[in-house]
Amino acid sequence: MTAAIEVENLRCEFRVHTGLMSAEKRVVAVDDVTFSVPAGSVLGIVGESGCGKSTLARLILGLLKPTGGSVLVDGKRLFDLDRKARARLIQPVFQDPFASLNPRRRIKDIVALPLAAQGTFSRGEIERRVGGILERVGLSAAMGERMPAQLSGGQRQRAAIARALVLEPRIVICDEPTSALDVSVQAQILNLLADLRRDLGLTYLFISHNLAVVEHVASEVAVMYLGRFVERNETDALFRKPRHPYTQALLESVLTPEPGKGVPDIGLGDAMPDPSNIPPGCRFNPRCRIAVERCRHEAPKPMVRPPRGMVECHLA
Amino acid sequence: MSALLDVEELQVTFGRTAAVRGASFRVERGETHCLVGESGCGKSVTALAVMNLLARGGQRSAKKMSFAGTDLTSLSDREMARLRGNRMAMIFQEPMTSLNPAFTIGSQMAEVMTRHKGGSRAAALDRAAELMGRVGITAPGMRLGQFPHQLSGGLRQRVMIAMALMCDPELLIADEPTTALDVTVQAQILRLLAGLKRELGLSILLITHDLGIVARVADHVSVMYAGEVVERAPTADLFRAPQHPYTRGLLSCVPVPGRVQRDRPLGSIPGVVPAIGPGFAGCAFRSRCAHADETCTRAIPRHQAGDAHDYLCRLEPDWAELQPA
Repeated sequence: MTAAIEVENLRCEFRVHTGLMSAEKRVVAVDDVTFSVPAGSVLGIVGESGCGKSTLARLILGLLKPTGGSVLVDGKRLFDLDRKARARLIQPVFQDPFASLNPRRRIKDIVALPLAAQGTFSRGEIERRVGGILERVGLSAAMGERMPAQLSGGQRQRAAIARALVLEPRIVICDEPTSALDVSVQAQILNLLADLRRDLGLTYLFISHNLAVVEHVASEVAVMYLGRFVERNETDALFRKPRHPYTQALLESVLTPEPGKGVPDIGLGDAMPDPSNIPPGCRFNPRCRIAVERCRHEAPKPMVRPPRGMVECHLA
Repeated sequence: MSALLDVEELQVTFGRTAAVRGASFRVERGETHCLVGESGCGKSVTALAVMNLLARGGQRSAKKMSFAGTDLTSLSDREMARLRGNRMAMIFQEPMTSLNPAFTIGSQMAEVMTRHKGGSRAAALDRAAELMGRVGITAPGMRLGQFPHQLSGGLRQRVMIAMALMCDPELLIADEPTTALDVTVQAQILRLLAGLKRELGLSILLITHDLGIVARVADHVSVMYAGEVVERAPTADLFRAPQHPYTRGLLSCVPVPGRVQRDRPLGSIPGVVPAIGPGFAGCAFRSRCAHADETCTRAIPRHQAGDAHDYLCRLEPDWAELQPA
């Protein structure tokens, strides 16, 4: 299988001024991330807020310039491409369709914008493509005439998906695409994304904090902690046999609708991860319940794990 | 023994919009009662109506709304203010917006106590420090002097919980208390609430959209749809034998790790919640329901499906067993 996207040693640092007198701080939001996603599959990326998953999405979309490393899309170096070429390859769907759709434009104009921006499509062609994609995501032509505020949350997210797909990209980056939606609507959107992937041969990067959703949609899952992938594997393997203690804690904290089980004690403690102050050794060691002396001064290297995975832990 | 909070036929309107249409539920002493439903179903408005905190223009009426034997509808604003934050306390989804950014944690917590119970500020700060320890905040002395922005989301929600406990309330109303938090922190906060219920005998009215949370923490559940309680049941019964088509649809929408097969579509409920104007009659779910017929436009009976388990639908109990899903 060919890789639709290849990311190598990607790194992103921010310099942050915390106050007038205090020294400049360096925040490493994405730290040496390497992975590839085969064409037609879905890589789920999970982690807590602040772990760098959205920064990673912005890097891959070309919205942020990395400090180092490279992204290859379809064999082409993403940072060598201009904006129009990038837009034809890779498109985003964001969490909040309220914030990501221009409130002063009609839905069909919002969806047409990526085509118009290319500057190579005739008006008739644009109209034809917009009509086709609106229908494909389940919005009627009448919906296309409306403003975003006249649509429900689920309909707005359908419009955002239509805008992402109208240029027929290879890759779609979904950053928490259903987190702002109700469960019944979430299910509709997840089913739609699955259909579109199958029918159009799309590749997804699916970023979410909801592990149940990721398990449902992803073929592979990466667990991100303070800017690094600490574990990655095929979805079934990762959910059946999580190796990293952080992955284990994340999976335990999923509250499945099973009455009588109570709320699990995940034993992560109070120390919240701080990307401006990454601990020496294993970055997870202050919250890890099985950490040993070695974890406090030696950073673990990625180790290969079957069937197609890796883990960064001395004890896994 | 009578219920701690007993609400019957609660109606809330904002102008011509009916937000709550005859909701009835009871929170027993020492139990966690969940109000569950999707956005716009009226679950938050129900809680605000109980606290008499409705936004301007909101009108409430109820056949009965009693708290520990006191009729809440007959209380003056001043009497209600004496109850709120004292015997019944509330915490919200976004702890950043419910804390005042300009005052220290300590002064905000102490005010609750001095306002309701009197006493010195020093005594109130001692109580605040003690409760912060109780809700799992390390180094409470230092935290009391800090401002809300210096705390993480999880810590802020712990502060809100500690503040709600300052006057030893009998009822804690928690409106989506963990929705803004990470899953790991959510588990910690829900464990904390469960512990408080057990050890302090606290009754909790928990409002959530998350059926996973309901399953894990609730004793009783009320499912809300379009301003009505469409199904009420003990938690185990609701998940084992849900009766209302909406409840069943909602449960099928939730992906369960290890149970739902990948590449298979999730269940979903077609359509959207209808607008409920004046004069609306019958079942509000009928436009999205696969089992609707012409009788659904008329008054809907409340069927009994078991002990403390009832639902609002024309279908007889255990209808689902009689026909394929």
